[in-house]
Formats: sequence, structure tokens, C-alpha cells
Amino acid sequence: MKREAQRSGVFTRRALIIAGAQVAAIGGLAARLYQVQVEEGARYTTMAESNRISARLIAPPRGRLLDRGGAILAGNRLNWRALLVAEQTGDVGATLENFGRIVPLSETERARIERELRRHRRFVPIMVREFLTWEDMARIEVNAPELPGILVDVGTTREYPHGPAMAHVIGYVAPPAEADVAEDPLLSLPGIRVGRAGMERVHDTVLRGRAGAVQLEVNAVGRVIRELDRREGTQGQDVNLTIDLDLQKSVLERLGDESASAVVMDARNGEVLAMATNPSFDPSLFNSGVSQAQWVAWTSNRRAPLINKAVAGLYAPGSTFKMIVALAGFEARVITVGETVYCPGYLDFGDRRFHCWRKYGHGSVDMRAAIKVSCDCYFYEVAKRVGIDRIAAMSNRFGLGTKLDIELPGARAGHVPTRAWRIAQGKAWNIGDTIVHGIGQGFFQLTPLSLATMTARLATGRQVEPHLTRAIGGTMQRGSRPEDWPALGVAERGLQVMRDAMWAVVNEQGGTALIARLPAAPGSTAPPAQMAGKTGSVQVRNVTREQRERGFKSENLPWEYRPHALFVGYAPHDAPRYALAVVVEHGNAGSEAAAPMARDIMAATMARDPVIRSERPRVAAGGAP
Amino acid sequence: MSGMERRLIRDNSFDITSKLFRISWIYVLLLSALAGVGYVALYSAAGGAPDPYAARHMFRFAVGLVLMLSIAMIDIRFIQKMSWLAWLGGVVLLVLVLKMGNVGKGAQRWIELGGMQWQPSELMKLCLVLGLASWFHRASWEKMGNPLFLIPPLIAVAIPVGLILKQPNLGTAVITAVVGGTVFLGAGLRWWKVALAAGGVVGGAPIAYSHLRDYQRARIDTFLNPESDPLGAGYNIIQSKIALGSGGIWGKGYLQGTQGHLNFLPEKQTDFIFTMLAEEFGLVGSLAVLGLLACIILGGMLIALRCRHQYGRLVALGISMNFFMYVFVNIAMVMGAIPVGGVPLPLVSHGGSAMIMVMIGMGVLMSVHVHRDVEFDERQRDL
Repeated sequence: MKREAQRSGVFTRRALIIAGAQVAAIGGLAARLYQVQVEEGARYTTMAESNRISARLIAPPRGRLLDRGGAILAGNRLNWRALLVAEQTGDVGATLENFGRIVPLSETERARIERELRRHRRFVPIMVREFLTWEDMARIEVNAPELPGILVDVGTTREYPHGPAMAHVIGYVAPPAEADVAEDPLLSLPGIRVGRAGMERVHDTVLRGRAGAVQLEVNAVGRVIRELDRREGTQGQDVNLTIDLDLQKSVLERLGDESASAVVMDARNGEVLAMATNPSFDPSLFNSGVSQAQWVAWTSNRRAPLINKAVAGLYAPGSTFKMIVALAGFEARVITVGETVYCPGYLDFGDRRFHCWRKYGHGSVDMRAAIKVSCDCYFYEVAKRVGIDRIAAMSNRFGLGTKLDIELPGARAGHVPTRAWRIAQGKAWNIGDTIVHGIGQGFFQLTPLSLATMTARLATGRQVEPHLTRAIGGTMQRGSRPEDWPALGVAERGLQVMRDAMWAVVNEQGGTALIARLPAAPGSTAPPAQMAGKTGSVQVRNVTREQRERGFKSENLPWEYRPHALFVGYAPHDAPRYALAVVVEHGNAGSEAAAPMARDIMAATMARDPVIRSERPRVAAGGAP
Repeated sequence: MSGMERRLIRDNSFDITSKLFRISWIYVLLLSALAGVGYVALYSAAGGAPDPYAARHMFRFAVGLVLMLSIAMIDIRFIQKMSWLAWLGGVVLLVLVLKMGNVGKGAQRWIELGGMQWQPSELMKLCLVLGLASWFHRASWEKMGNPLFLIPPLIAVAIPVGLILKQPNLGTAVITAVVGGTVFLGAGLRWWKVALAAGGVVGGAPIAYSHLRDYQRARIDTFLNPESDPLGAGYNIIQSKIALGSGGIWGKGYLQGTQGHLNFLPEKQTDFIFTMLAEEFGLVGSLAVLGLLACIILGGMLIALRCRHQYGRLVALGISMNFFMYVFVNIAMVMGAIPVGGVPLPLVSHGGSAMIMVMIGMGVLMSVHVHRDVEFDERQRDL
């Protein structure tokens, strides 16, 4: 019994020690629970919430680009897509097999689908085919029982209904680059596109809108349980351009096969009604991705279809520049309106002889006549007297060689040379250089748009700037009224002489562009509106004395050595409203290639006058889909 | 307690009515309460439905309760006589599971029987306690000082622990060794030997680590730094801690636990059931459950202390310790305090065989209590 008592004593002590240890251990667990649940509770609550809640962005439909009348230039097309949810079908292979019988799937498509199926969880919809036609859709719906797991949904894709006609102005959209995504979370959404060129790029933020957000409760594998909160985004706004679609189309059509560009402006407010460049490209190709072959074809084409020649093509202005030289001389008082210059067909200066385009000369010409017959000698003389710097200053006031307020990315300012510029190049500026520049040849690099702007400023005496945006979200933008633009500050007398002379170029016997005389409007007995204008031809190669003596004919040259043909003009001559510039690359003489084009373009513009005049921008019905 | 009740029962056959009378019904009530907690938790784990877990849980508990009360009626002296047979049976089952058991999670642990998966290692822990208690039942304090006397029981521990390690199941092996060691301690093992054994374990840990399987090492590594692999091995621990922590003081409300209901919490009906409760009922709820578990553990210890024969004391000590180890390992595991390793929370986690095993142990514990005053034969008592 004594032993039993000893044993039980030992056991009791030890049992109490063990029980104490157990209590201590459980107390330790309780303390740790307190630590995790109370002290660190807030941190873990946040983590639980971020586990549970997944914020997703909802893309607002991209705003549309419309012409001045509301016609859709860049819209959104509904994109019907067939999706496959693997978990909703017992046999993925059989479903795809059945689908392939209705809408044939190519081998590469099948491979892509298989790849995506492997990569995603079974409840994630996989895109089987997009851009389904209505017939395909109908057939899929009818055969739905044989296509478990297939569902049809609709997204949007950018659509350019007028393709090449508007490509250079509208630009195009493409998937965003990495850098863009960082600046706007909206861009991380699949299928989103950003403006990459043209007005799509200029108004990208306005068109894009702001992303909405939806807060979803998700479970551990990411399946959506329910929607907790939804914040609608801001829809992309529609933008009305100043372009008149129908005019744009007829201008482009008139350019035909030439490598050419034409700009038609409202002379009073700078609205660009048409800006056509030939050849063009199909902007929707960028939406889905451009093939290597296509890209090579575009970039190796010497007619440069991707370049918007109207704002990025650089040309010497040739004789279309003569008004500027005359005005510079007139304002500097080195020549009066009535002073005549004798033209024997050339001007000798130093040991160089500068030829007039007319071999036997024009005789005595005053300012008006010099422009009307485009006498080179007169302008050699005026340029010599006034100097290059005053000519350059006058050019800049007319928008030549300066940065214009056009929105388009890639628009070039162009260049008008000055003495200082030439000296900065380490060369000397000689009077001979000035003489050459007097007829718009030489170092000039001007865009067709700037020539149209010059013409508009000549016609109205206002410092209009060309622009393409008319209204954003239905709100008219500044610049649509003539009063928005300040006076040019050039003596009215000089401008009047220029306008009269330019009228004579087109409408008076002996003018160089009688061919550009506007026809009577069809079905109208009223006398036709008259256009004032000026031709220009620009040598891209010097003509040698030898060639000249052999009776040189430029049309016998290879295409790329022929002179460019230019025409600038405005109409009606007595109440200027529309100004245009046409440049035909290697088109030979301005009077032959450019003037008839300008005539037809101006006629088309005048015919559409009542349409263009309707001031309110109309927004196409239906809103953005 | 009156003197009358405390006298030794020399009669070998006291009747069933008086046995029922001696059952600790308060203890049965505590166990039922714990099973009730299990019902509440499993109802939530099923997304607010009695199926598939909660209803079956209660059914199994009812079966287990009948089993427990039946075992409680068996004379403890009979159980003592069967002890070594039970030990042998446990070892045979362990060998069988190694030979033909089902492989789950890279280890051979299961035997399929009666539609349930049985882990012989769970049964082994009880059988080991019985065997050791039977061995030490006769040992006097002096005898416990004799190293030769300690060799057979050491082998009796080493064989099942070795077999369980071979499955391999590190967690259960450690628990088995600790439970066995506790019986040694209760029997009067000298403290310096305890210290020696403890020193050996600490010193041997690095060597043992180098012999672990990859997944076991991964578990320990993840435990040491769970954030190192948040989507892989550390995912369970991190999500469990998030669930616990976001529960706060008062919890998210019943059936409102986001971590559990949105499946961020892995195995929420089994290993992580405590996390589920703590998320929905907060610190208040988790401490209440912990308190209930402590009552059951200490109640077992109380049964050991009140028993008047060494065999019963050691059995009760071992069973209580086993229950404690379950609770401690499970809760420490879900809090990220020790490496994760498939140990369920007894009577709360979903799982039929574990429930039955626990209830068999509780039956033996209750048999000790019912037969706390019986007298073993003279020879044994006076040794």
C-alpha cells in the first residue's frame, strides 16, 4: 500500500504538471488568436476584401467621327462573336466538330482554340470565331442544341465605311502599346483600340471616354459570384469634322490615278472641306493587324500611299508664289502697281541668264499682267529689288513656311528660305538665289495645305487657320465664324490687285488658266460663279542649256523627272468663299494637269454650296452603337 | 465524495445500472456540445445546408456515442488483459496498410472498410496507450529506475512510430511518440531521462530533416516562410490567416464568412474547420470553442487523477494527451504556428473514421471513469 501511495503521489504530481503544460499551450493558442484576430485584424480584413472583390473596367463605346453633316466617317460596328465555355459542354471536341460543320474553321483557328482552351480555366469563354455574318449567327442559333457550350456575344469593332477616301484625315486605330496602358487603365481591356494616326489620334481621349468600373465578388478561382457595385463610365463623344464627305469623295475621284493631293477650304473660316490624297490605303487593315507583305507594298510604293501629301508633302510653290513676291514688292514700295517691266524672255544678272517660261518674252508687263500671264522676268526683277528676307516675311504672314494650326499629327510646317538660314548652313546667299526664288523655285518646301491657306488669306484678307474639328459632342468649336479670325494686315489695295489678276488668269483672254473657267451650273440660267486662281509648275530637275536649245519637252521625261503641276484658286471671285490648292506630282504644267482638276473640284464644291452652308452639325441618328 | 463511494470495489461484477450511474454525464454533455459545434460549422461549410457534411456528422456522432457508452460498460480489467493483444492488432494493421493500403497525398495511410477510410495509425495511438499502461501498471517507483525494465516499452513505442514514419506520416508519428512519452512520464520515468530524451529530439531534428520526404520538407519550409510561395505551398496558411484575422472580435456573422464561402479557404470542412468558425464568429467564438476543448482535455486529466489504479490513470492520461495533441496541432496549424499536416479537429471536422476513433478512445476513457474504484488482483496491486 505504501508503494501504491508513492506511485499515485508521483502520478498526481506529474499529471498536474502535464495538465499545467496543456493549459499553458492552450493559453498560448488563445494569445496567438488574439494577436491574429484583434491586433492584426485590420490588415487581414483588407486582404480578405481584396481577395473577394475584383474590380473590372467596362469599356464605353468609342465616340464616332462624323463629317460636317453627320455622315459616319469612323463608326463602331457590332462584332458578333461565337464563344465556347468548356465547362458547359460534355465533349469540347464534338462541339467544335459540330460548329465546324456550320461555320468552317481553318486548321490555324483550331490550333488557336486548342491552345486557349489549355491556357484558360474551364469557365472562361474562349473566342471561337469573330466577325460572324448574320447568316452564320442564324445557323448557330438554329443548331444551338447540338452546340452545347457555344454562346454568341456582341462587342464592337472600329469601322471605316468610306475606307481609303478618308484614310489620311481619319487615321486609324490599333491595339495600345505598353506605355499607353500605364497612363489609362481602360487601355488594359482586351479588344480596346487607340487612335494611332489622323483625327483618331488627335481626339483619342475625347473619343475614348472614361472607363466605367464594376466591382465583382469573385471566389478563389476567379468565378464571378455577384455584382457589388457599378459605376458607369463616360461615353466617348462624337466629333464632327469640317470635312464634307460627298465633296471629299468627288475630289478623290477627280484625282484619278495621279499621285496628287487637293485641299478645299472654306476661305472665310479655315474649315477644311476636303483633304484628299492619292493614292490612299484602307485604314481598317490596321484594326486587325497589317501583314508584312502589305506593309512592304505600302512603304516601297514611290507614290507613298501612307503619307498624307496634303499636310506632309513638300513642294516648291512655283508660279503660285508670285502673288507673295508682288505683295512683298508692293508693300516695300520697290514697285508700284502700274510700273511695267520689260520681258525679253530672259533676265541677265552677272554672268547668269534667267529664262522666262515664254521663250520670246512678254514685252512690257505691269503687276496685274505679270500675274495673268505668269511672266517670270517681272518677278525676277521684283525679287531682286525687294530681297529674300522681305519675301520670306510676307510668306509667313500668308501661312507659308510657318506651323499652321491644323490638328493632324505629321503635318509639316514647311520651309521658306532666308538669308540668315542659308548663312547658318555655311553658304552665301547671292542675288541670283533671290531671283530664282522670285518665281517660287529653289529651297521652298511647302505643303498643299499651306498653299490653300495662302489662297484663302489672299481672298479674304483674314488670317484664317485651316482646321478639321467642327464640333465635339455637338458643341461648335472656335473658328467656325469668320469673325474668329483677325485681319491679315496687308494693304487692301495690293490684295485687290492680286484678286483682280488671279481672276484674269482664269477668266480673261490671255490668262494662263482659261481652262479652269467654271462651267455654268447644270439647269441654271444664272451666269456661273467665277474662279480666281494661279497655276504653277515646278521643275524637279534643272533644265540644261543644251536641252533648252534642242526644244525640250518635259512630257518626254521619265515620270519622276517631270515637273510638279500646281493650281491655287478661290471662288466666287467677287465674294470669296472657297479656296483650294491642287498639287499633281510630276504632272507637267500646272495649266495642263492641275487647272482642269481644280476647275472640276471647285465646280463640285459650288454645287454642294447649300449643303455646306447649313451651319448646324447634324449628328447621325442612333448614337454610337 | 462520501467515504462509501470511495471504497474499493472488490466485487468483479457490479451491475450495468450502477455502471451507467457512474458515467460522467457532464463529460458526455461536453462531447455532445463539441459535436454540436461541428454541426454548426459543417452546416456553414456546405454553404448553409445540412448536406453533405452536417447531417452525416451528427449521425456518426450518434453512432459514436452508442459505441462509447458500450465500451464504457466493458470492465477495465478486461481491457487491461486485452491490452497487448490490442497493441499487436494495431501493429498488424499498420503493416497491412503499408503492404496494401491506399496511397493518398503521397503516403500509404488508408484502409478502405465499410465505405470509410480508416487510418490504422489513429487506432494504434490508443492501442499503444493501452499496451504501455498495461506494462507500467505493475511498475513501482524503484522499478521505473531500472533501465532494463524500460527497454520493452521503448520497443513497443518504436515499432509503431517507425511503421507510421514509413507511410510516411510525420505528424502522426510525432504525436504517437509524444503520447507514448507522456505515459512514460506518468508512470514515473526519471526526469533526467526525460531531459535526455528531449535533448535527443532537439539534437536529432536536423538529422531527421535531412531524411524527410520532399513534401514534408516543403511543409516545414513553407511554415518558416509562408509568403515565399503565396500561390503554392504557402497558399493554405496565408488564406487561413487572412480568414482568421478578418474575423476580428465579433466575426463576420454566421454563413457570412467570405474566405470560407468563396473557397479561398482550402479543406474548410476538414483541417481548416476551426478557421471557418473563427472567421464567422470572431475571437469570441474561437475562444469559446477553445474553452470547450480545454474542458474536455482537462476533464480527461481529472478522470486520470480520480482513478484509483495505475492502469486507469495511465490510460486516461494517454487518451487525454492524444486528444490534446489533436487539438493543439490542428489549431496551431491553421494559425500557421506549426507546419501543416492533415490533423483534423476532433468531433468538429468532417470525417467518419476519425470520429469513430475518437469516440472509441472516449469510450475507454469513460470505462476508466466507470471503473475508477475497481480493484485489480493482489499481485499486481502490491508489486
